[in-house]
Amino acid sequence: MPSPDTLSSTANNAVISASNLTKKYKDFAAVDGISFDIAPGESFGFLGPNGAGKSTTMRMIGAVSTRTSGDLSVVGLDPNQFGPEIRSQLGVVPQEDNLDSELKVRDNLIVYGRYFGLPHSYLGPKADELLEFAQLGEKAKSRVDDLSGGMKRRLTIARALINNPRILMLDEPTTGLDPQARHILWDRLFRLKEQGTTLVLTTHYMDEAEQLCDRLVVIDKGTIMAEGSPSSLIKKYSTREVLELRFGSDRNADVAQQVEPLGERIEVLPDRILVYSDNGEVVLQKVTDLGLNPLTSLVRRSSLEDVFLRLTGRSLIE
Amino acid sequence: MAGGLKPRRFGGLYVAEHRLKVMRGYLQTMVATGIGTPLLYLYALGVGLATLVDANMANGGSGGSEVSYLIFVAPALLCSAAMTTATEEFSYPIMLGFKWNPTFFGMNAAPLQGGQIINGVTYAVIVRLVAQSIVYYLFMLLFGAIPGPFGWLVIVVGVLTGMSLGALLMAYATHLKEDKGQFNYIMRFGVIPLTLFSGTFFPLSTLPVWLHWIGWISPLWHGTELSRVLSYGYQEPAWLSVVHVAYLVLLIVVGWWLARRLAVKRLNR
Repeated sequence: MPSPDTLSSTANNAVISASNLTKKYKDFAAVDGISFDIAPGESFGFLGPNGAGKSTTMRMIGAVSTRTSGDLSVVGLDPNQFGPEIRSQLGVVPQEDNLDSELKVRDNLIVYGRYFGLPHSYLGPKADELLEFAQLGEKAKSRVDDLSGGMKRRLTIARALINNPRILMLDEPTTGLDPQARHILWDRLFRLKEQGTTLVLTTHYMDEAEQLCDRLVVIDKGTIMAEGSPSSLIKKYSTREVLELRFGSDRNADVAQQVEPLGERIEVLPDRILVYSDNGEVVLQKVTDLGLNPLTSLVRRSSLEDVFLRLTGRSLIE
Repeated sequence: MAGGLKPRRFGGLYVAEHRLKVMRGYLQTMVATGIGTPLLYLYALGVGLATLVDANMANGGSGGSEVSYLIFVAPALLCSAAMTTATEEFSYPIMLGFKWNPTFFGMNAAPLQGGQIINGVTYAVIVRLVAQSIVYYLFMLLFGAIPGPFGWLVIVVGVLTGMSLGALLMAYATHLKEDKGQFNYIMRFGVIPLTLFSGTFFPLSTLPVWLHWIGWISPLWHGTELSRVLSYGYQEPAWLSVVHVAYLVLLIVVGWWLARRLAVKRLNR
């Protein structure tokens, strides 16, 4: 697996390269001049809240949405000119499920493979192999509508792999799935990552970004706020640990002043106070020593959620 | 680069393959309507109602034609059936692909392009229209409703008639963001009146002159008149037959072209 440090300086052999990429809808800039490079085999994420411009960026990379300005190169080609050529090398898992509900599970794979001009002799065995990979072997002849949400998402991933893509693009892959379904999906994606598939994904789940991404950009209101590996971002923008204190919604603001000097910095949220420090337990002891008795307290590791909060002053999931 | 070659060249055919596979799921219904419709209509109108019409004509009634009612009405029924099928195929299934079950976006995320998606959908419907019109034609033969040697050409005219209205409808459905009953409205206040006032069951000339315009703009009237010329040698000036063909082809070209443009626009978000 390539290390994040080498990845950020691999613009020359990047499979995706964007410079000042912009997409405007009338006066509204959904994507506002972002630049990034994604190296082969890298697992790259766009982390940001809903409406940040992640999906629009994905559609431009996927050569289905024309950019307003800036440069974009995908597998060395310009999406404005070489849409079909680029798309023939991508696997796309959209946010909105678009499996054909009028066809059976296995037929969905075959039919999709035909769009790439692949012959039936290849597609038959390939579909069976992918159904096994997606743990849907027994569902081959089922109707799509009979699958659970997690199964549908796995089928969509299997479908996206039918052409052995160089890049697999996943837009909010686990949104709306229950925890168990998410973990099964992550496991499958992790296997692909191990096999060297380049993954590009968007998510507003920090745990997903931490699990799957070698490197990510934090994106908000169409611009990139920060870039790096999950651990480097946490190191740069947050402390090692966070102490979460709840004094009740009436008292949080009052207590905040007293708590503030105890850590490196604090964030006061409507329901809790976050105290950033390298040692949460020590801070908690100091809070207790001051005679401030929180209703609940929790010491945890810093996460990308904290990075986002620091960068934007807002929570990821609002 | 090679990966884009085949999809660029054959993309429309891949879509058609997909659509025909979907249609196979409804094969029983299609066969049942494909056989049932001509059988019922030809029998009810061409044989049943015809006894009244032909008796009236024999007694010197006005406005009729020089052939039996069966021969008169049969080509019109074929064209009308083609138009109904095209209306069905180019309305909800298009909305389905763009909105309710957005498979067209899936195709576009693969190497296919908007225009190819429209082409593929159209090819598949043409296959259905040809099959349906052939079955209709065979029933017409069976009922003795095709006296002329060029009668088989009504199959082509049927497909043209269905496609002419269908292509326009496809463009509309490609543009439509939400169905608030528009298709139902088109069916009730568009297709059905067209069927009734396009010279299908009685010649346009029997209507008051101020209603004739319905026929002139109706693809069904043009298709029906043309199919009568081919089926039993209905007499009309040659230039008018040329106008029929030109009008039907024009509607198809405009609708198809517009649908392709609108599809590209809708898919590129």
